[in-house]
Amino acid sequence: MQKVLKGKAFVYGPNIDTDQIYPGRFLDLTDPDQVGKHALEGADPNFVKEVQPGDLVAASTNFGCGSSREHAAVTLKAAGVGAILADSFGRIFYRNVINLGVPLIVCPGISEIVKRGDVLAVDMTTGKVLNETTGATAQAQPLSDYVMNILDSGGIKPLIKKQYGQA
Amino acid sequence: MHAIEKILAKAAGKPTVTTGEIVNCKVDMAGINDLYLQTIRSFHEMGGKKVHDPKKVVVFLDHFAPASTIMQADNQKLFREFCWEQGIDLLMDVDQGVCHQVMADKGLVYPGQVLVITDSHTTIHGAFGAFGTGVGATDLAIIMVTGQLWFRIPEIIRIQLDGKLPKGVYAKDVILKIIGELGADYGVYKAVEFTGPVLKQLSISERMALCNMTTEMGAKTAYIQPDEITLEFLKGKVQHEFEIATTDPGYKYAAEHTFDVTGMTPQIAAPHSVDNVAPIAKYVGTPVNQAFLGTCTGGRADDLAIAAKILSGKKINPRTRFIVVPASKSVLLEAMANGTMKTLVEAGATFVTPGCAACLGTHEGMLGAGETCITASSRNFPGRMGSSKANIYLGSPATVAASALEGKIVDPTEYLK
Repeated sequence: MQKVLKGKAFVYGPNIDTDQIYPGRFLDLTDPDQVGKHALEGADPNFVKEVQPGDLVAASTNFGCGSSREHAAVTLKAAGVGAILADSFGRIFYRNVINLGVPLIVCPGISEIVKRGDVLAVDMTTGKVLNETTGATAQAQPLSDYVMNILDSGGIKPLIKKQYGQA
Repeated sequence: MHAIEKILAKAAGKPTVTTGEIVNCKVDMAGINDLYLQTIRSFHEMGGKKVHDPKKVVVFLDHFAPASTIMQADNQKLFREFCWEQGIDLLMDVDQGVCHQVMADKGLVYPGQVLVITDSHTTIHGAFGAFGTGVGATDLAIIMVTGQLWFRIPEIIRIQLDGKLPKGVYAKDVILKIIGELGADYGVYKAVEFTGPVLKQLSISERMALCNMTTEMGAKTAYIQPDEITLEFLKGKVQHEFEIATTDPGYKYAAEHTFDVTGMTPQIAAPHSVDNVAPIAKYVGTPVNQAFLGTCTGGRADDLAIAAKILSGKKINPRTRFIVVPASKSVLLEAMANGTMKTLVEAGATFVTPGCAACLGTHEGMLGAGETCITASSRNFPGRMGSSKANIYLGSPATVAASALEGKIVDPTEYLK
């Protein structure tokens, strides 16, 4: 994983649920590229038109609350999102995103210091988040060793495969 | 230790656990829903060939029951074939109903069980003294490969329910009030235990509604200490032996809250967030295009019976449609046997087959732009039941039935006198 993640931010308010991240009517899709076409459709229909690989999502509290659908994590990854920052996350979404190997950063106060289009730089070693557009900073909570190990392995699937994969 | 900690410690093979610790637990039952073909994909992507223990896996074809699109049908076909190949006997096909209700009806859930399902409302199984929690597809696939999954030992919050529930006020109203006061993210990463004299006034069905909705405050799991009401329900259903965990005297909760339900009125969560809660008086008179009764939150036999009591011999408002979805086959059979189904159909209800139906906005009762729905289900997020320009109000099954009758939101207590 890169030490510093940098990208343009797409900013959202509190309690963005997984129905808004990935509407239920597309849950029968299974191909990640197809799933990626509906990212954040319920909250921001322009997101998929504007997002570029490596861009970041920054949100207020409880981002990804609601349904357990892994599609919500898959869609953001497939859309090219490089990392997701929020004041706090829904717990199932948190696990789903980490499992896919996408950095997910709990950063209380992030929603106060960023506006759509600002460029954020996240130092994954120190947890320091810098808004390069405004100069404002915030401090992310450290990721546990358990989670870092998953991210460094490129997600949980390669890890489990190495440990338990059946020949 | 708390009972929940004892359940997790035992599953992790450890004498004790502490809050914040990450433990690997053996999972007693892992459930997969038909929305998540990714579970099978992830299983193969992780090098899985044979499921670790096929007797501990259950597959539910419930969210798309029965399939409404070719793709849904294709996905369900792959699930059936996976079950046959892997020797998974617990295949709950499209006739069976919503996963959580099926677990209860068939005696598959029991006190002390570690139960993981790819559905966020798995918190419902706290009503049986089980540790139930929802996960995503890949986490579930890990259980199929390894038989285990990691959990962080959660902070535990106690919610004490005092007083006496007024007639016409139900567990759904109580939990909406709690979520309204504490907030949709209050319980994130935490476990919620309910205690207090109100529990003795609640049937298993009502306790399930209470625990189910803790998901809407972000909780990881819920818990009600099993008692004679629990054991009476489980008697004759559960074949698996079980051990009831109990919390040590003097256990210190991360937080404690007390709610007195005496004098409470029915509650409503207004669009578009589950914690946007007020007493029903605030919304009385709001016209509704659709009333929806069903799901793992509000589609049990007791819920349908309450609706039948309100609607017996009456007709719903002609400008309102009333969708009724029994949560499971058992619920449907009971509603047929005791006349509830006939009463509701005669009153104008549209019955659809057991399953999740329109609760998650895929089929069987979708909402159009600008429409308003009063529902006994769990979520009123934008677009949850169809158009993101629809408005969803959450209430109790009684509120849904009375509102169907009048074509607008009304206080059901007046119809239950």
